[in-house]
Amino acid sequence: MIAIVDYQMGNLRSVQKAFERVGTPAVITNSHREIRSADRLVLPGVGAFPDAMRELKQRDLISVLKDYVSEGRPLLGICLGMQLLFDSSCEFGEHSGLGLIRGTVEPFELPDPLKVPHMGWNLSSVPTGFPDRDGHPIFGALSKQPSYFYYVHSFYCRPIEEKCVALHADYGGWFAGAVAQSNIVATQFHPEKSQADGLELLRRFAMWTPGA
Amino acid sequence: MLCVRVIPCLDVKEGRVVKGTNFVNLRDMGDPVAVAAEYEAQGADELVFLDITASHEQRQTMVDVVRRTADTVFMPLTVGGGIRDLDDIRRLLGAGCDKVSINSTAVKNPQLVEQAANRFGKQCIVVNIDPKRTVRDGREIWEVHIHGGRMPTGLEAVAWAKEVERLGAGEIVLTSMDRDGTCDGYDLEITAAVSAAVKIPVVASGGAGNADHLADVVEQAGASAVLAASIFHSGQYTIDQAKAVMERRGIPVRRRHD
Repeated sequence: MIAIVDYQMGNLRSVQKAFERVGTPAVITNSHREIRSADRLVLPGVGAFPDAMRELKQRDLISVLKDYVSEGRPLLGICLGMQLLFDSSCEFGEHSGLGLIRGTVEPFELPDPLKVPHMGWNLSSVPTGFPDRDGHPIFGALSKQPSYFYYVHSFYCRPIEEKCVALHADYGGWFAGAVAQSNIVATQFHPEKSQADGLELLRRFAMWTPGA
Repeated sequence: MLCVRVIPCLDVKEGRVVKGTNFVNLRDMGDPVAVAAEYEAQGADELVFLDITASHEQRQTMVDVVRRTADTVFMPLTVGGGIRDLDDIRRLLGAGCDKVSINSTAVKNPQLVEQAANRFGKQCIVVNIDPKRTVRDGREIWEVHIHGGRMPTGLEAVAWAKEVERLGAGEIVLTSMDRDGTCDGYDLEITAAVSAAVKIPVVASGGAGNADHLADVVEQAGASAVLAASIFHSGQYTIDQAKAVMERRGIPVRRRHD
């Protein structure tokens, strides 16, 4: 069973319905027991970084998430859920994240006429520096054919290790559209809002066994 | 490269899609879920549902429409019309829409924009601005109107756009009341002025009569997205046909080439 972490940050129903569409049931839950026993975990989220960390803390979910990842089981972060995986964010002051991926979350500071939030469909491709470019179980298929995904965000992730950038997109410069690090994958875009290509990505996550 | 979004707008009354012509002649166009699925298949980048249901009591119908649509199509969905308070917003977002669009209430109660942006994130709070060219003291102003263009507010469109950005709106939909329903093209001058005045994306609306109009407002007025109704509802263009015209004019659009 896939568990979608419910911590009162945004629209989880769409994520659940998208998994159902690709033939995988998913539960929306904040129960520690259900999260610990899940085969796969999804950390979605929209909104502000400090609010999200506070909500996770209030539900004692931080150690539950870290333990889950340390056991080598698959985690998918989406949008704010990707940003939370990093060491820290400077949204509304400096705030610590989950520290599962080394790096920071920073605001887009772009010259006119580039708008912020970065909102809409952006062509996303696998960078040449991504190891296992063609073979990655989630992102490998995109190395031959870049796809459009739907983004909406004002902050972006800057991983210290560039090789964990699995997809990048150009908006006044290249930024991380998705990251992959052993049993963690995360997308800045919303696969559940990215029509067929987004659903395909969720389908691959639902079948993924890290290290297999 | 970020694509320019092409967004069909559906007027929904009591749970059914209707086609609006100058806000009076309404013709039943059927099931919103089916129409949404058709637009997804045509390559729409987002969808907007505008709830024109008269009574507040019947608004639960819209929540059901949103839920059924979000269960069927996997693309961004915005709902506007009749949003009065945080509870309305919470119900719609919970049903599966991604953004809510606030119009008259933003003018009457600007704090709602601020509260909603703080509570739900600015990315899901859109403000609709409906300017009309008006002469005041011998001088033309672009005056913001509410209640479907019937009530002048005294607010000037560019100043109001800056204010809603300050309050926390994540996007502006700018609908020219002079052009809406005319098919003469978007109001390029007002769109350019508003887009240049704010950092958030501006969606052009009101007046599209052909696909070149869509390209014009991107090229000449800096719109981040284009919203249209009748050119798509009438079957004059599919979404992808309109995008093909835009692409030929050098505008980045999302198309499938396989």
